[in-house]
Amino acid sequence: MTKIDPVLYPLGEDGLLVEFAPALSMQANAAAIACRDAVSALGLDGMVEVGSTLKSTFMRFDPALLSHGRAEAALRDVLGQEDWSKVEAPAARAWRLPSCFAPEYAPQLQDFANLAERPAADLVDELAATPLRVLALGFAPGMPYLGELPAHWNVPRQSGLTPKVPVGAITAAIRQIVLFAVPSGTGWRQIGQAAWRGFDSDGSGPYLSAGDVLRFDPVGPEAFADHLAAGGGLLEDRL
Amino acid sequence: MTRIKVLSAGPSVTLQDSGRTGLSAFGLSAGGAMDPMALAEAHALLGAGFDGCAIEMGQMGGRYTADGDLVIALTGARMKAQLDGASLAWGQIHAWPAGAELEIGAATEGAYGYLAVAGTWQVPERFGSKSTHIQAGIGAPMTGGDVLELDPKPAEAGLGLPNWRTTATEVRVIPSVQSGWFGEDGRAWLEQTVFVKTARASRMGAALSFDGQGVQSDHGLSVASEIVSLGDIQITGDGTPYVLMREAQTTGGYPRIATVISADLPAFAQLAAGAQIRFKFVTLEQALAARAAQADFAKALRGRVAPVVRAPETIHDLLSYTLVSGVVSATDPEGWE
Repeated sequence: MTKIDPVLYPLGEDGLLVEFAPALSMQANAAAIACRDAVSALGLDGMVEVGSTLKSTFMRFDPALLSHGRAEAALRDVLGQEDWSKVEAPAARAWRLPSCFAPEYAPQLQDFANLAERPAADLVDELAATPLRVLALGFAPGMPYLGELPAHWNVPRQSGLTPKVPVGAITAAIRQIVLFAVPSGTGWRQIGQAAWRGFDSDGSGPYLSAGDVLRFDPVGPEAFADHLAAGGGLLEDRL
Repeated sequence: MTRIKVLSAGPSVTLQDSGRTGLSAFGLSAGGAMDPMALAEAHALLGAGFDGCAIEMGQMGGRYTADGDLVIALTGARMKAQLDGASLAWGQIHAWPAGAELEIGAATEGAYGYLAVAGTWQVPERFGSKSTHIQAGIGAPMTGGDVLELDPKPAEAGLGLPNWRTTATEVRVIPSVQSGWFGEDGRAWLEQTVFVKTARASRMGAALSFDGQGVQSDHGLSVASEIVSLGDIQITGDGTPYVLMREAQTTGGYPRIATVISADLPAFAQLAAGAQIRFKFVTLEQALAARAAQADFAKALRGRVAPVVRAPETIHDLLSYTLVSGVVSATDPEGWE
């Protein structure tokens, strides 16, 4: 078990950042999400946002309403209440998305399987059976970084860029999955495609939040097309 | 309901209010007006007629007509403006009669001009704001043929704000989370170098150029992605400093050497390409004092609004003015809603 030693920094002139580890680890991520929930629950006047990234919790506030001193004291108080090396990620909402892994939806699955030295079908079965934690959102609104898969998924990003992957592309590298919310070029290999509408700018949701879990449910092309036609939203899953 | 037709538009013409807060963990940066002080000017001029939202025009305006009588305020960077060919003064309120063509040209000072129209824009709020967020795909820059709807409100024409703006030459910064990675040498470099704002500037950010050697972080370039702050100065792979503006991505893997203070960000946004600046480190306390002073200044702008004295023959539409009544007191705080 890695010892987690949180470090607190000022974040611009209106925020504070608690870094749980210098690099991503599942424990640092669990701590960041648990701390986000604990700070959020304080409901301090003047608090504007409490959120988490891969390895940190941050809070932003209106310094005219909440002083740095008071915000920092509140945050240090929360940090003193847990052993962050042991804390578990809080109970999460669970989602699933119908997904296709046939070659036309998974142009680099075989390539990835060769690098992982596993049969492609085994990787798909493993992915389908693993509810993945939303580690953080970023790059585009609502776009999740998901993890963490077993050690044989530790395949580096490709050196070149795929010019464009579609919305819903399930891409893999370094034991993580990035699910694309917008069409984009990427160094991650596309191993499948979820029937997901991606970032839905009308603001109706539901949306993913760090700490949620998401599972890719293998379906045939017809069910894939049906789900997209029905809006391509997230489906509630049972853990 | 009045319809405003966009006949043509420059490359970065968008509707902007103060943006969206609280969504950075979701991956959505705040967006909103590049120069919030220009919205404060519009509020000072139009009072209750201003719904908090204005047309932001980066470098270049556009041509517009409306199918009803409207009242406008022109704020932010000065741009060339004409109504059916007659010049309009910037920083003032003007009547915009139905059918008249409003033409706003290039910026003559600064970068972002604002066309505020008295009334309520009939644009759906998305994530709590009417702002276009180009990077997130919330709305899109305006182009010729677009039609906007507005529920008009009355406002007093013939008022103006004296030009209080100056061009920024010194931009104050505070340390960022990663400033330490650049050491004392990095700090000295940032303060002693003359930077030039390049033409590679948008609502996302602005690249700076400089002469001589750059700096690098002792952590290299391969760092875990972390949340950014508005105004962070990233040092990108080739050593180019890049200031993160309102539509920046919410997280970034490049190390950040410092953060521009909020009070200096509007003036930084208004620098035209080629402008020279120097950075100066201040303490958090100084940054917060400047932030509070700017908020006070914005509130006090209403007190600077005064009737514009003009020769009657230069007034475009004399009969549309209320010539006697309703001058807002410059000192009465009740005049500020």
